[in-house]
Amino acid sequence: MSDPLIRIDGIAKKFTGRDGVITTVFEDLHFGIEPGEFVCLIGHSGCGKTTILNVLSGLEQSSEGYVFVGGREVSGPSLDRAVIFQSHALMPWLTVMGNIAFAVSSRWPEWNDEKVREHCQKYIDLVNLTGAEKKRPAELSGGMKQRVGIARALSIQPKMLLMDEPFSALDALTRGVLQEEVLRICAETRQTVFMITHDVDEAILLADKIILMTNGPRAKIAEIVVNTMPRSRTRHDLHKHPHYYRIRNHLIDFLVDRSKMFSSSAAGYDPRTPPLVTPGLDPNEAPAVDPVKPQVVGGAPLTVVR
Amino acid sequence: MKSLLSWRAPALSLMVFLLMIGIWHALTLPKVMPVTAESEYAALVGTAAATGQKSAFPSPADVGAKIMQHLGEPFYDRGPNDKGIGIQLAYSIARVMLGYLLAALVAIPVGFLIGMSPTVYRALDPYIQVLKPISPLAWMPLALFTLKDSSISAIFVIFICSLWPMLINTAFGVSSVRKEWLNVARTLEVGNMRTAFRVILPAAAPTIMTGMRISISIAWLVIVAAEMLVGGTGIGYFVWNEWNNLSITNIITAILAIGMVGMLLDLMMAKLTKLVTFPE
Repeated sequence: MSDPLIRIDGIAKKFTGRDGVITTVFEDLHFGIEPGEFVCLIGHSGCGKTTILNVLSGLEQSSEGYVFVGGREVSGPSLDRAVIFQSHALMPWLTVMGNIAFAVSSRWPEWNDEKVREHCQKYIDLVNLTGAEKKRPAELSGGMKQRVGIARALSIQPKMLLMDEPFSALDALTRGVLQEEVLRICAETRQTVFMITHDVDEAILLADKIILMTNGPRAKIAEIVVNTMPRSRTRHDLHKHPHYYRIRNHLIDFLVDRSKMFSSSAAGYDPRTPPLVTPGLDPNEAPAVDPVKPQVVGGAPLTVVR
Repeated sequence: MKSLLSWRAPALSLMVFLLMIGIWHALTLPKVMPVTAESEYAALVGTAAATGQKSAFPSPADVGAKIMQHLGEPFYDRGPNDKGIGIQLAYSIARVMLGYLLAALVAIPVGFLIGMSPTVYRALDPYIQVLKPISPLAWMPLALFTLKDSSISAIFVIFICSLWPMLINTAFGVSSVRKEWLNVARTLEVGNMRTAFRVILPAAAPTIMTGMRISISIAWLVIVAAEMLVGGTGIGYFVWNEWNNLSITNIITAILAIGMVGMLLDLMMAKLTKLVTFPE
């Protein structure tokens, strides 16, 4: 953690209600994101996940604390940090090409049309949308729309990608395919990503580190789980790795029980350096569930109800 | 089956048309009255007195003949009180277009600014709400007094009546642009002007066009009344002049022409609206 790309330093969000009572959604959050790292944030609804992402993107101001990108404080939205919105946020009056070109020509206003188009085409090809350039968002399926959203975000070559539950509105099959594409694209481009999700399996597949939030109000980072599986994991062999169920059980244990019982007064807890957990590598850990006969029934993705 | 359905509606339309013409024709048939006059007197005063009374209301055939006559010579000009119906319509359309375009030039930028700021929106809303329901013709005396020119006053009345729907719709369209599109522009560090023209304008365009379509219909309704008041030229003046001439056939012809032009104006705006509408 010598010089992370992004450093979040004690941010908090507080609202003053109509009756004058101050509600603290989350407080005292500290974490860093290294270049090339894929970080997921998991927590129940109400812990301010989207607000955290908005603070990172600069769309919202935090009530306390600071966000630093490359050593400089974030004061507003920037082309350094591209956002992929949950609702894809494509402009319906523009074609696929037009939507991406709007971003590209905002990033490089001096480029001519030909250069913009070439650049856009590269990213349309990257997300496998070749041939759909002239379609409008209304003619696309949900998965294709989100591909355009991804292409638009990547096309401005940001230092960092911020994703707000990007696949939650998609069906399970499409979600799986897109997760693999994101994995492939991130491996190709070495993109730094911060993603919010409520899907445990999605987090295990994509993330290098998983930040666990306690329940709001006054949500905190309970711990940061390191994904102990190799980065070359795929959806097909993920569950065969010996660490898979250890990580998964750890996450689900947390979400089901520990997230609401978490107490910041626990011995040794310091919000500045939340405990780092390495399931599968921890010698004190309880014996792992036999991956051949898992106690978790079936392979159905266990999704936390939002 | 589809071809059968496709001509069913036009056939029904035609039947309704023929039925209405038939009723109109029957109602305006000359009433056969018992001959009360002496046959010698009848021979002296002509057939009308002898056979009965022709209806004062023109028959469809009379109006048809008049329409054909106007169509044959729409643009003649024989002095200030005798101009072709085409010329009169052209005067009216020109006035409507001028007033309407001036209103658009004011309403769209102002509406844009109002829509961008919730504070301005709320501050100006009471004025708009009071000014909007005022009949445009109520402005006429004030306009005549201050502008001192009847023709400019008519254009002003068109301006004032076209203003409100465009202003309100533009402000509403701009203020209800989806937040997420604005957030996209913000994360891309798009400047204010570029956001206004590339994001807000296209997003609000369908709503703005709806306002423009409402405005042109109102403007066309109002021009007839305004021209009846100011006189001189225009289709409204033509109707009033023919009323003074007691030429019901000309009045009916003019009414039909007003309807046709109004429909064409609306159709034109509908086409333009379709150009800027996007499917969600």
